[in-house]
Amino acid sequence: MTTHPDPVRETPEAYPAAAPTQPGPAAAPSAVPARHASAAADWADGVDTVPRAEGTPEELQPYAELGLRDDEYDRIRHLLDRRPTQSELAMYSIMWSEHCSYKSSKVHLRQFGEKAPPSDRLLAGIGENAGVVQVSDELAVTFKVESHNHPSFVEPYQGAATGVGGIVRDILAMGARPVAVMDPLRFGAADHPDTARVLPGVVAGVGGYGNCLGLPNIGGEVVFDPCYQGNPLVNALCLGVLPVNRLQKKEATGPGNVVVLMGAKTGRDGIGGVSVLASATFDEGSEQRRPSVQVGDPFIEKLLIEACLELYDAELVVGIQDLGGAGLTCALTETAASAGTGMRVWLERVPLREPSMEPHEILASESQERMLLVVAPEKLEAVLKTCEKWGVLATAIGEVTAPTEDGQPGRLLITWRDQLVVDVPPGSLVDDGPVYARPMREPADLILLQADRAETLPRPADPDALRETVLRMIASPNLADKTWVTEQYDRYVLGNTVLAQPEDSGVIRIDERTGLGVALSVDGNGRYARLDPYHGTRLALAEAYRNVAVTGALPIAVTNCLNFGSPEDPGVMWQFAEAVRGLADGCAELGIPVTGGNVSFYNQTGAAAIHPTPVVGVLGVLDNVADRVPMGFVPQPSSGDHDQLFLLGETHVELSGSEWAWVTHQHLGGVPPHVDLAREKQLAELLAAAARVGHLSSAHDLSDGGLAQSLVESCLRYGVGARIAVPERFEGNSMPFVFLFSESAGRVLVSVPRGHEKAFTALCGEHGVPWELIGVTDPAAGALEVRGQFRIGLDELREAHTGTLPSLFGGVAPFEVTPAEAGAADEAVADRSDDPHAEPVAQDVPVEAPTSDPVVAPESAAPETEVAEPVEADDERPTERATPPLRRPTTPPPAEAEVGEGRADGAQTAPPAASPDER
Amino acid sequence: MTARVGVVTFPGSLDDGDAARAVRIAGAEPVRLWHGDPELHGVDAVVLPGGFSYGDYLRCGAIARFAPVMEKIVDAAAGGLPVLGICNGFQILCEAHLLPGALTRNQHLHFRNRDQILRIEATGTAWTNTFQPGQEVLIPVKNGEGCYVADTATLDALEAEGRVVARYVGGNPNGSQRDIAAITNPAGNVVGIMPHPEHAVEALTGPSLDGLGFFTSVLKHLVGAPA
Repeated sequence: MTTHPDPVRETPEAYPAAAPTQPGPAAAPSAVPARHASAAADWADGVDTVPRAEGTPEELQPYAELGLRDDEYDRIRHLLDRRPTQSELAMYSIMWSEHCSYKSSKVHLRQFGEKAPPSDRLLAGIGENAGVVQVSDELAVTFKVESHNHPSFVEPYQGAATGVGGIVRDILAMGARPVAVMDPLRFGAADHPDTARVLPGVVAGVGGYGNCLGLPNIGGEVVFDPCYQGNPLVNALCLGVLPVNRLQKKEATGPGNVVVLMGAKTGRDGIGGVSVLASATFDEGSEQRRPSVQVGDPFIEKLLIEACLELYDAELVVGIQDLGGAGLTCALTETAASAGTGMRVWLERVPLREPSMEPHEILASESQERMLLVVAPEKLEAVLKTCEKWGVLATAIGEVTAPTEDGQPGRLLITWRDQLVVDVPPGSLVDDGPVYARPMREPADLILLQADRAETLPRPADPDALRETVLRMIASPNLADKTWVTEQYDRYVLGNTVLAQPEDSGVIRIDERTGLGVALSVDGNGRYARLDPYHGTRLALAEAYRNVAVTGALPIAVTNCLNFGSPEDPGVMWQFAEAVRGLADGCAELGIPVTGGNVSFYNQTGAAAIHPTPVVGVLGVLDNVADRVPMGFVPQPSSGDHDQLFLLGETHVELSGSEWAWVTHQHLGGVPPHVDLAREKQLAELLAAAARVGHLSSAHDLSDGGLAQSLVESCLRYGVGARIAVPERFEGNSMPFVFLFSESAGRVLVSVPRGHEKAFTALCGEHGVPWELIGVTDPAAGALEVRGQFRIGLDELREAHTGTLPSLFGGVAPFEVTPAEAGAADEAVADRSDDPHAEPVAQDVPVEAPTSDPVVAPESAAPETEVAEPVEADDERPTERATPPLRRPTTPPPAEAEVGEGRADGAQTAPPAASPDER
Repeated sequence: MTARVGVVTFPGSLDDGDAARAVRIAGAEPVRLWHGDPELHGVDAVVLPGGFSYGDYLRCGAIARFAPVMEKIVDAAAGGLPVLGICNGFQILCEAHLLPGALTRNQHLHFRNRDQILRIEATGTAWTNTFQPGQEVLIPVKNGEGCYVADTATLDALEAEGRVVARYVGGNPNGSQRDIAAITNPAGNVVGIMPHPEHAVEALTGPSLDGLGFFTSVLKHLVGAPA
């Protein structure tokens, strides 16, 4: 059994105070206490010092409790040529934790660099706090997604809040102003009692922190699956913008430069957050780990942002690093190691919330809202003044020291009240950590799982059953409207939000003069990845890429958050390796680089791991955000006309891993939909070209829930109905169902204004994208009609789609709160907990046995006979089209249009939509 | 001469840039005012923007009310300076006793952001004189503590004196008494509004352009006001 160093030692041993090589910075707010290191005082402090460690090599240390393995501990002793002090042991344990060292993932993550396509946009890549991508001559953007999964289960509000805070500081450290956040969230079953604890807390935490920070939340995901029951996934993405020449570095260069700790005081919160919490699986004692969760203060972070930006603009900073996981330890060692310098730190200068904190606690604390600055001595006063202006605490705690004379990197020397408690080469913590090529093995059940295909499940085969399925699917928790969540986020602040949830991507204007903007989407599908981690990851990439493309943006960069179970399980490790390979290959095929990301392992409770859940974020550029294409069908108030609806891409019988299979049959098996990234790229290029010249009134990605889901969402967005004709080859038996619910990739639903169809379909041909006219919008109808199948009023659709989350989580009624006079507040809170939409209607519908009939490819589809000449692009067009009619849309007069009529043998320039083969 | 409209930045102000943008789009010159600087720099009107001044600690607006700049604003408001408090600014105006009542936690206890229809009921104020009485406008609302409360006598007085500037229509987003979204002082130069007109001034980023009316109103008011 190992023990903590005994504070009462039998042989007091005097040793000299560590002699700083140079005196401390003159302007340091607190001088080194002139204490004499009398032996008695030393022991009263109970501090394990370097000399003491040298003198007591046999003392047992609690390395196993700190998460270090025997061989890792031996390695530390070897590196130091002695046992580590208590502080050093704490530092190694957190820096060599899975969370900080990427020791299990490193060997795989290399592919992101090795396979990366060449990009002249990349100003900073993997290994920095966040990747930085140039988007114009003057401007660059930086974005990254990170996990805060474990803390959010233990303490949902603070876990989620500090997840936002942490990623925002990463972005800030690059020299950028944070301008938006997004949050991909995953929870256990929607109706599980613990989800009612975790989800409201997480959502309130994301909102509470981001809203108070003044960052619009522009998108994300809310996904329910029992596999996340004990392991919710809280990922947070932040986007920042910077002038190209304001890019900041983390290197602590320039011996003699002052090391300044800025921001909140250091407390005992979050100690062991990365090692104890994030690098281990949950077990029965997990609730006792609440002290390992950090506590956030967004107000301080807001001041930190403003102060840092002012420091950057005044060019007062040599280097900067945020304090996140592993706190001061990580910031000190990374800044020094990256510069090859050393550092001398007076730890007692760190402002503390609790004066009784010991050195190892100060070094390991993950207190939030702190940054580490490296400042030239002559600029220290200006730095402190700026911080004071913003009411931010800033304290000189040390200085940069030179590499050794023989060219070796400098050492990190840390004293605590004149006692040397740390003396290490900083690089040994950052770069010399263990690297594991862990054993990998395809999970034994995978073959059986893949053989159990959802295409063999009974499907709805008549119009009534199909109608019922549509209503049941759009009300199912994963497909239901997420307003209950997103209403708790501020999407307007900063005044540059052009698109936000529920749109496919968030779009942010980054230059008001030119209209330059970026589009961002994050996507993942754990079920697909469970069935095939390689292709499942490529599907996530394809979906995020497509979601960016439908806005008309050009995708240029990728970030990722890889959420997996324990790397010590060979099956999980195999899933991880496959996912990384899939993402690296996919990015190479699409020609866009991975700029950074995050790995979260140990998302499992006991032996039960989550589905492998790679979440992929794609960023795209819009030269002018006025050209962006929204997802909703738009009434054409000027013409009162109908838009034509085209389905781009090919629909196959692909139901394995689908939302339908899960909701209806609780089935997960088979192989996920085929993904063809070359096709995705063609599709993206088509959409960008079409958006530029104004061919698109709307564009909406097809993914979970298939065409039916996209149709309903596009109809409900602005209350515009549609009439759809099922293409001939999808007629009969359950084929209309396949048309509506297959989840084939590479598909987009677009609406094209009259007069543009001929030019648009010609453009499809040029880009080699299959297209098919499937219907028209119908603002007057007030319904979604699929001819020969069903007609559902928009009100009925809306009621089904929007009722689910309020009925599950209560509290916020979607549209009304009863006003009350003082004192009657409680009665007035609307309560919809008895909402009948809580439970999906039990499935009791006629079904048809699966068919294996070959499906015949149709004759090529053609646009309607009467087409006007394409409208030339002009400057006025985007503004008119680009304004979604949110305010009390007037209903245009009905126009005469018939779906699917007039399929003359028009010039078919695109390849015909292929037959819906089973895959 | 272009009107100069001050926008105050407190620590934790978030929509100050948006308010300044709205002022600019309306045709005036925005002037940034700093909470710690007890000077109004000769501005013709002042906007107290939304946000979480001082982290909303203690009580929303309770600390901001003591900022050095507020002393000047309270004095100038008494002299007729047009002052618009948006969201957190409304809370500050109540804390500073320039407006009666208080903004409390939303009844449903959640932050809520949605596009909200308001009915403009008082068009005689410095900030609403370009609207028609009864006009309905669409403005984003986003707050966690936007539930307007006051004692019955105060509410009755506000109604009787025509000082309810705007009410929520089609659903009350926070439980405010009598659906009150905005009120004014007896002179009509100080207006507090919970929704955010500065987020409805551009077609690209807002649900409507209705918010612009608040900012053009003050310009009209200033032109008509004695110099």
